Amino acid sequence: MKHNFLSFVKKESLHILRDKRTMLVVMLIPVVLMVLFGFAISTEVNNINVAVVAPERTDGVKEAVDRLANNSNFTFKGYIGQERIDECLRTGKATAVVVFAADYDRLAMQATEGVPVKPIIQVILDASNVNMATSATAYLQSILLGAKAQQAMFETRMLFNPQMKSAYNFVPGIMGFIFILVCAMMTSVSIVREKESGTMEVLLVSPVRPVKIIFAKMIPYFTISCVVLVTILLLARYLLGVPMSGGVSGIFALSLVYLALSLSLGLLVSTIAGTQMAALLISAMVMMMPILMLSGLLFPIENLPKFFQVISNIVPARWYIDAMRKMMIQGLPIAAVWKECAILLGMTVSLLAVSLKKFNDKLE
Amino acid sequence: MRAFKVLIQKEFLQIRRNAFLPRLIIAFPIMIMLIMPLIMTMDVRNVNVTVVDLDRSTTSHRIISHIEASDLLTLVSSTAEYGLALQALEEGRTDVIVQIPAHFGRDLAVSTPKKISINANAVNATKGGIGMQYVVQTIARTLAEVRGEESPVNIQELITTENRYNPTLNYRHYMIPALMIILFILICGFLPALSIVGEKESGSIEQINVTPLSRFTFTLAKLVPYWIIGLFVLTIAMIVAWLVYGLVPVGSIGLIYLSSMLFILVISGFSLTVANFSDTMQQAMFVMFFFIMIFMLMSGLLTPVDSMPRWAQYITYFLPPRYFVEILRSVYLKGTTLVEMWHNLAALGGFALLFNTLATITYRKQV
Amino acid sequence: MNETVISVRNLTKCFGSFTAVNGISFDVHKGEIFGFLGANGAGKTTAMRMLCGLSYPTRGSGTVAGFDITREGEQIKRHIGYMSQRFSLYNDLTIWENMQLFAGIYGLTKKDTDERAKVLLERLDFFSERNTLVGSLPLGWKQKLAFAIATIHRPDVVFLDEPTGGVDPMTRRQFWELIYEAAESGTTIFVTTHYMDEAEYCSRVSIMVDGEVRALDTPTRLKEQFAAESMDEVFRTLARGAKREEQ
Repeated sequence: MKHNFLSFVKKESLHILRDKRTMLVVMLIPVVLMVLFGFAISTEVNNINVAVVAPERTDGVKEAVDRLANNSNFTFKGYIGQERIDECLRTGKATAVVVFAADYDRLAMQATEGVPVKPIIQVILDASNVNMATSATAYLQSILLGAKAQQAMFETRMLFNPQMKSAYNFVPGIMGFIFILVCAMMTSVSIVREKESGTMEVLLVSPVRPVKIIFAKMIPYFTISCVVLVTILLLARYLLGVPMSGGVSGIFALSLVYLALSLSLGLLVSTIAGTQMAALLISAMVMMMPILMLSGLLFPIENLPKFFQVISNIVPARWYIDAMRKMMIQGLPIAAVWKECAILLGMTVSLLAVSLKKFNDKLE
Repeated sequence: MRAFKVLIQKEFLQIRRNAFLPRLIIAFPIMIMLIMPLIMTMDVRNVNVTVVDLDRSTTSHRIISHIEASDLLTLVSSTAEYGLALQALEEGRTDVIVQIPAHFGRDLAVSTPKKISINANAVNATKGGIGMQYVVQTIARTLAEVRGEESPVNIQELITTENRYNPTLNYRHYMIPALMIILFILICGFLPALSIVGEKESGSIEQINVTPLSRFTFTLAKLVPYWIIGLFVLTIAMIVAWLVYGLVPVGSIGLIYLSSMLFILVISGFSLTVANFSDTMQQAMFVMFFFIMIFMLMSGLLTPVDSMPRWAQYITYFLPPRYFVEILRSVYLKGTTLVEMWHNLAALGGFALLFNTLATITYRKQV
Repeated sequence: MNETVISVRNLTKCFGSFTAVNGISFDVHKGEIFGFLGANGAGKTTAMRMLCGLSYPTRGSGTVAGFDITREGEQIKRHIGYMSQRFSLYNDLTIWENMQLFAGIYGLTKKDTDERAKVLLERLDFFSERNTLVGSLPLGWKQKLAFAIATIHRPDVVFLDEPTGGVDPMTRRQFWELIYEAAESGTTIFVTTHYMDEAEYCSRVSIMVDGEVRALDTPTRLKEQFAAESMDEVFRTLARGAKREEQ
């Protein structure tokens, strides 16, 4: 019997390895995601294109514009005439236009002397991109008013992520997502394909117990996921410099639980779906969407409307991602995330039980 | 012409008979447009603040009450012990810790006081950064006020700002055009590929290949239904955006449809090309997924292209959605005109031609 | 009667290092029922796919309905009908819709199509079932329908790849009646089969072993040549030497 089981595992592995393109893509997806999030995409706003309208290019104006141009948050796009403001904003040539008052120098002088004056600078923003507009306003205020003096009153520190890399936050999210993709989606599709082509029946009439056939199907995907897991952790540590000071063993242990959970989800989908197309669509709608939207991967859970915050509790990825963030970035030990662990374990056991039961029911 | 007509009829019959697709085509856009704008908020609000007040002066109380009064900040607690605050931060109950040093209020009046220390949880860099900004601004304003009681000029008032095109800074308005693009990518990107690979798997494509039908007609007949479906989906999405979020395009509706038509051609052509190289649905799905992932992350849908490093910005020139994101957002929110957007439209047209030519060439009737 | 419809010289197809079809040559005449026999994996389907313009030959040449199989694949397709081994009509369309589709692809007008479809369906006694989804038909019906659709545009040659595989004896007979009717009206039939009794119905029979044509003649003369009682015996004598395993 043992021999039979191994030969099934071998058959499944060969089957998967033969489709080189899919394998390549599965291995590439995490790497590309890590590189993109690590180096290409930043949720922070910088390189804001700014244009300036100045009726008179006085020394005061030039000095202020110099400060703007030298600031790394801005890209100075040049002086424009009053009439071109709207066009520049509309076509995206500029995100912000700074308009200096006609007698800027004199008014600025009066202001420093304590004489009340009307506004001397007008900032017009393309607010269609809200984050960009908000950040631009804040940056411009501090640059133009020389608010540096005030900044000196504060001593600021960014805990856990001093360089403010947005990648840190995304690494656990990527993991939560990839494992569902590999384990749940690929397993379900491959089981359903065997159902569609009729080879499943051939396997089921063999003397091997059905549960073993299912496990044999899962083992190769489990192995792939482990390889992906190690790849991601290595990239996270050495490419992105995620600290992981809480110890790697806890990260591995919890990830294994999550892998088991994803596999059971895949099995469950395969018992529901009749065709590959249905399996793909169910995986995409019922598993991918909630993970992308409700797990805190892209959008912080506390920003969600109350109703969705409640729903997010039943999304397993949410707990996994939460725990991973604490362990990988904040460097907490596994003991500190016992609640998340317990929830994930509970979900895994119940999902596995339900899907095995459904699978066996289908056989009878 | 007759061949084209019967093929189109066949595609629509097949879509209609499918148990999933018609529902998907109607329900998916409505659902996405209803739910996603509520979820996709990357703007930061509700920053939880804990104040460690070692000063206990009128100034420090004033700072605390200003934090409490701010729309964006929520005061979780005020304690005298940094340890407790840090624990709250680790457990996620608070995002930012403000520590006001002893004798701050007294020192402020006479000389330079010790610095106020502000620590933000930067696990989520965006939230940490913006949260920090809010807190610094709020406290700076308080301090300016405290000092300003001696000086008549409020420095903040020297600058006025005008938030054009979206005066209420409604983040949803920014995301709605992006959602429409996501809908196009998902529906017109995945479905054509699945449809062709499905025909390969079922063997019916062989029956087609043995007829004199030209590859061009076949490819076109696969494109046109998704073209129509895409425009239908766009219409639904625009109606929902108008009814639910009160957002109507500032620019020309004709231009929106024109650019959408081009974009659907691009994405469906790409999808067909991928399908021509795939033998199984799983393969097609994963390859499509790989590209769609890059499209969604790098073309400015979620994060601005301008904020990317230079090398990444060069890559975006090869991503067709990048051009469409720019068009749709500008036309929808800012009323940009055809003339101002012609180079983006031309780029889309170029990609449409490229991918559909590729889809036609790579479709092999004889191997 | 001796007009050549299919003519093949030294036709070869290799997949990598594997030679599926190895230098076959033969002619098929107008109105013939040409039986193309061989064990599984002998190269029948590969050869047939080259004749239908689905696959390019590696070497050799051939013409079908007067067109070159390498350069004029698309012209060939106007003059042939093809029924693949695997049922490949659209299961999610009705009988009528499938007929409309394929007739339309061949450029028949709506009026022609309706008439032709009606004639074909009435011949099969399917007319009342024309709005049934093809996917829900029993296999025998599906095969007869596939044949009807393969001939809907009145092709010069019809290629049938194991048309009666898995079909009950009764339906098989009916199917061969259809083949005879088509042949009598001047259509050339090129058919592969595993059933040796069916081989007896053919005008001429070729037998492929390991990618090569080992025998080609009328069933009667083949039996004489191999001193056999039946085509079955002829086939077994030839197939005994096969080196290729069944796929």
